[in-house]
Amino acid sequence: MDQVAASVMVDQPTHTITLTVNKITYELKVLPWVTLLDAIREYIELPGTKKGCDHGQCGACTVLVNGKRINSCLTLAVMKNGADITTIEGVAEDGVLHPLQQAFIDHDAFQCGYCTPGQICSAIGLINEGKATTREEIQELMSGNLCRCGAYPNIVAAVQQVNGKL
Amino acid sequence: MNNNTNYIGKPVNRVDGYAKVTGGAKYAADHHARGLCYGVVVSAGIAKGKILHIDTTEAMQLEGVFKIFTHENVSGLAWFNHSYKDMDAPPGKHFRYLQTDTITYSQQPVALVVAETFELARYAASLVKVTYKADAHVTNLTGNLDQARPPKGKKSGFKKPSSRGHFDKAFTAAPVTLDATYFHGAEHHNPMEMHATTVLYYKNGSITVYDKTQGILNTQSYVKSVFGLSGRKVKALSPFVGGAFGSGLRPQYQLFMAVLASLELKRSVKVMLTRQQMFSLGFRPITQQSLSIGSMEDGSLQAIKHEAVSGTSQFEDYVENIVNWSGMLYHCKNVKQSYQLVSLDTYTPLDMRAPGAVTGMFGLECAMDELAYKLNIDPLELRYINYSVEDGSMKKPYSSKALRDCYQQAAERFGWSQRNPEPRSMKNGHLLTGWGMATGMWDAMTVPARAKATFTADGRLTVGSATADIGTGTYTIMTQIAAETLGLPMDNVTFQLGDASLPYAYLEGGSATAASVGTAVQKACMQVRERLLDLAKDIPDSPFKGLSVAQVSFADGMMFMTETPANFIHLKDIMTLTDTGEINVTSTPLPNVFKQMKYAKNTHAAVFVEVQVDEELGAVKVTRVVSAVAAGRILNPKTARSQIMGGIVWGISGALHEESVLDHQFGRFINHNYAEYHIPVNLDINDIDVIFVEEQDDVVNPMGIKGVGEIGQVGVAAAIANAIYHATGKRIRELPITLDKLL
Amino acid sequence: MNNFTYTQADGVDNAVQEIAGHSEARFIAGGTNLIDLMKEHVMQPEHLIDINSIHLNSIEFLEDGRLHLGALVTNADTAWHPAVEKHYPLLSDAILAGASPQLRNMATNGGNLMQRTRCYYFYDTTTPCNKREPGAGCSAMNGYNRIHAILGTSPHCIAVHPSDMCVALRALDATIQVKGLHGERLIPIADFHRLPGDTPQLDNNLAHDELITGIILPREHFTQHYKYLKVRDRASYAFALVSVAVVATMEEGIITNIRMAMGGVAHKPWRDENAEQWLKGKPATQENFAYAADMILQDAKTFGTNDFKPALAKRAIVRACREATNIG
Repeated sequence: MDQVAASVMVDQPTHTITLTVNKITYELKVLPWVTLLDAIREYIELPGTKKGCDHGQCGACTVLVNGKRINSCLTLAVMKNGADITTIEGVAEDGVLHPLQQAFIDHDAFQCGYCTPGQICSAIGLINEGKATTREEIQELMSGNLCRCGAYPNIVAAVQQVNGKL
Repeated sequence: MNNNTNYIGKPVNRVDGYAKVTGGAKYAADHHARGLCYGVVVSAGIAKGKILHIDTTEAMQLEGVFKIFTHENVSGLAWFNHSYKDMDAPPGKHFRYLQTDTITYSQQPVALVVAETFELARYAASLVKVTYKADAHVTNLTGNLDQARPPKGKKSGFKKPSSRGHFDKAFTAAPVTLDATYFHGAEHHNPMEMHATTVLYYKNGSITVYDKTQGILNTQSYVKSVFGLSGRKVKALSPFVGGAFGSGLRPQYQLFMAVLASLELKRSVKVMLTRQQMFSLGFRPITQQSLSIGSMEDGSLQAIKHEAVSGTSQFEDYVENIVNWSGMLYHCKNVKQSYQLVSLDTYTPLDMRAPGAVTGMFGLECAMDELAYKLNIDPLELRYINYSVEDGSMKKPYSSKALRDCYQQAAERFGWSQRNPEPRSMKNGHLLTGWGMATGMWDAMTVPARAKATFTADGRLTVGSATADIGTGTYTIMTQIAAETLGLPMDNVTFQLGDASLPYAYLEGGSATAASVGTAVQKACMQVRERLLDLAKDIPDSPFKGLSVAQVSFADGMMFMTETPANFIHLKDIMTLTDTGEINVTSTPLPNVFKQMKYAKNTHAAVFVEVQVDEELGAVKVTRVVSAVAAGRILNPKTARSQIMGGIVWGISGALHEESVLDHQFGRFINHNYAEYHIPVNLDINDIDVIFVEEQDDVVNPMGIKGVGEIGQVGVAAAIANAIYHATGKRIRELPITLDKLL
Repeated sequence: MNNFTYTQADGVDNAVQEIAGHSEARFIAGGTNLIDLMKEHVMQPEHLIDINSIHLNSIEFLEDGRLHLGALVTNADTAWHPAVEKHYPLLSDAILAGASPQLRNMATNGGNLMQRTRCYYFYDTTTPCNKREPGAGCSAMNGYNRIHAILGTSPHCIAVHPSDMCVALRALDATIQVKGLHGERLIPIADFHRLPGDTPQLDNNLAHDELITGIILPREHFTQHYKYLKVRDRASYAFALVSVAVVATMEEGIITNIRMAMGGVAHKPWRDENAEQWLKGKPATQENFAYAADMILQDAKTFGTNDFKPALAKRAIVRACREATNIG
């Protein structure tokens, strides 16, 4: 188990929690006001998950918690004690890209790349949910992830290529 | 000759794709260091006035808060105005953060709290109590048009509007005339990545700055001049930028804040703005524009007047080319233009994707559509009637202009000939369908850029230039150019950017990077070619003796005699046989100014749009867009298509969704978050079809590159407004066209 | 975000007791609205009681055939629950029209009822707001009020309730089950949320020591004639400018029962039973729906940038009714 020494001050209501992120279990000492997003980025030092608004309005911070996609900026790390979390860094296995990752590259489904980790985690969540079959359903169920570069049609094409084939 | 190393013009995948899909691409706030501390900015709650007092007592009592920087304790910084001038600064008195008690705009940063953790800094920032004496502010452009005045000073890229002929006389004499006024509010760039800077501090007092910027040299020089540091002490990097669209053209205040705190505290510091604070940066200026057009009954234009008034700040005169397009796009002898500013109590506007053109071409291309209806001439036909082969404002022919082909190809793909011009003619229940079109136009600019290339004995090539890739594909297209020029597999080529220690490149903006840096990269690789040939001649019994570089070719890792390709040598062998470790060159391409000055250099586009309007509820859906773009040579159709598509999405957004709403009670942008500042979501974007009409152009640069970053957006908002008119019979002249305007 | 202490409750009683002892404490479940507001310093609780470990996460039929939705079931699990999809499709549609998939995976049914307004001024602590700071004044009244209320407003507040789910619950006549120190009580959805009056700081009638434990849906299913129509500024992931939830029963073109609830127009999901009563026994026609819409909107008051809302609301009511009753 990796020990992550988050900054702790005396007399603060510190909580000791464990988070399993990308199959590695971390023991963290966190204060209650640390969000899951900041815990992942600043304490566990996995910066692949992005902060795009910090208010649940853009989807850049999307991670999978116990297989479900959520906005990691709107939950507290302490509330996710014991959870199994997958971030973009854990999507490829043994250096082999997940089919969605390859599809995103092949369809040029990103430009600046900043929303991409959230888009890919969201798309994995979408596929797990199994509710989207048509193009329009994919569009609707990917609408929680903003892309300011405007790569939407390519994102849909990438998700369509993989959806239902995993 | 079988050649596997031809990459230019091929739809190759992004070379940074792997890093971007695996979370490996590190943006400005993704860096970490031992002892890293965090800064959170406190923003002003009033638009104009004075700070009476900043009470930091409660915040400072928290253990782990290191310092709170305010105007009361920041000193010793550069004195002269020019020290604060950056590469994209408009004329005026450039803003100095935390150095005044005067409040000049709402959300002006008034304090920086630095603490051991982000959470602590955020909490302490909420405890900083600022008391103000508020003064009356003015933020309403349309209510203050009587204050309009000509801009002061010059800004790079700004062209003074020019009139010609006798507008008044021609307009009065014209049998058909049109007057229309158009308006749009402010828009903020809002790239997905909020502006952030991480400064790593080293024991010897030097710093490494990871900044979000479109010009890493701009970052470095600003830090050097404001903080009085030598170049040696400031390493500046920005390998990945999470979008910018212009917001990274000027050093933003998180850079100032992070460097200030790092130098003072002698620690590494990270500062990221909040999404709310992204509305405290520059923006596309609020603009009202009027067009008056006179034409003959046959549609030939006799007179065009285009006047615009934009807002700027109280301290700088931001300017952009809004009205100029009306003197260029169409053949017309009598043109009158004016462009004025009103100083408002806001921050200074800032170039935002296709600045000026997005605004001015919205007005011009809507007005042309309105005129077409007055004349009862097809809107596309009206464009053909007034097609111009020269830029009328400069009286120069275009270096290339395939706009006519764009119109034809896009119209055909779209099915424009099937259009019934009658508004409301395509009705199905409560859904009205409309078709509209417009023209796009942008500059084909070249800016100064240099590149260095290093070829090593293992057959690897590294090329670099201090430019940026803000999602535009710079890494990829430069790698393509370099690999093809030296005939190497792309895997053997690395392109470096976003590092101030690399050779000079101007800001990445204005669609000039592909042309400018691309030319420098090609030239550097040509220089490597020459060196390789020289070396090959030294090899005993070399068949290359006596050949010039024009007589050899490079492909598949080898150098060939062009006439007799059976004579070849592997590049690696040249290095080994001549015992050469590496070849280093730096290129400084100089444009052929004498040749170029005879021509106007522009990109063009024709965009056709289908909208579906829910007549009862007013909601508009853009169901189909066909855009044909003439932008010289397309280096990579895959990444270029993405650029155009992104531009079209921006056009849809500007036409239907986004606006930073100023509440004049508070002089404050009030919808300052991503929930209420609407940009399109996935479901808003439907069929987008991009056609590239390639142009051969040896004037702009040797490879004929014109750039595609802006052209995709220009004209889209007008095409949508025109399609909405066709669908509904309602002419909306104010953006965004939200559903309430169609009820 | 302010500093606060955090505990986890392991049962309803334990949660209720804990909150009763701390006037500045708040429950947290999904956190999607509370954490957002805490980051904006709009809400600054001193203590958070995490209720996620309490077992309120099932959806089950009661013996009398009503459906009980646990307060902690997520919005996504509720919308996609077979019993909800089958018997209360209006509720599924309304939930799926709100927020984003990620948020729906976090947000709970109880939390949805507790959502606070999206008023720009409520969110921006530099501007006066009576809801945030009673007596400070209402900035929306003379400001940018595009998203604000037209019905049931007061001189103190013109904010709207932002939920989609609650609009459907209002149309379905749901009952909110709550438990406090003094036991359990059932609150009809109509009485759960409040109008602003002169206490705009109060969004609802839940007492500080009370915890929402569930939502009970009546036996009437309305699986044939229902519509949730949401009008917003983009196709998805935006709050409603106006939304309408309609359920009805019909016999040979005659409306035998109808309920219409509206979102985006008032401080609470809005219903006008007079208009519903007027429609009963009448044929489903465009004209009748328009007349009913006029009844609902007769007291509408606008504030400048929301002047368009009565017209939009009328059209939305008529459209939703038409679609619910299949008259096209």
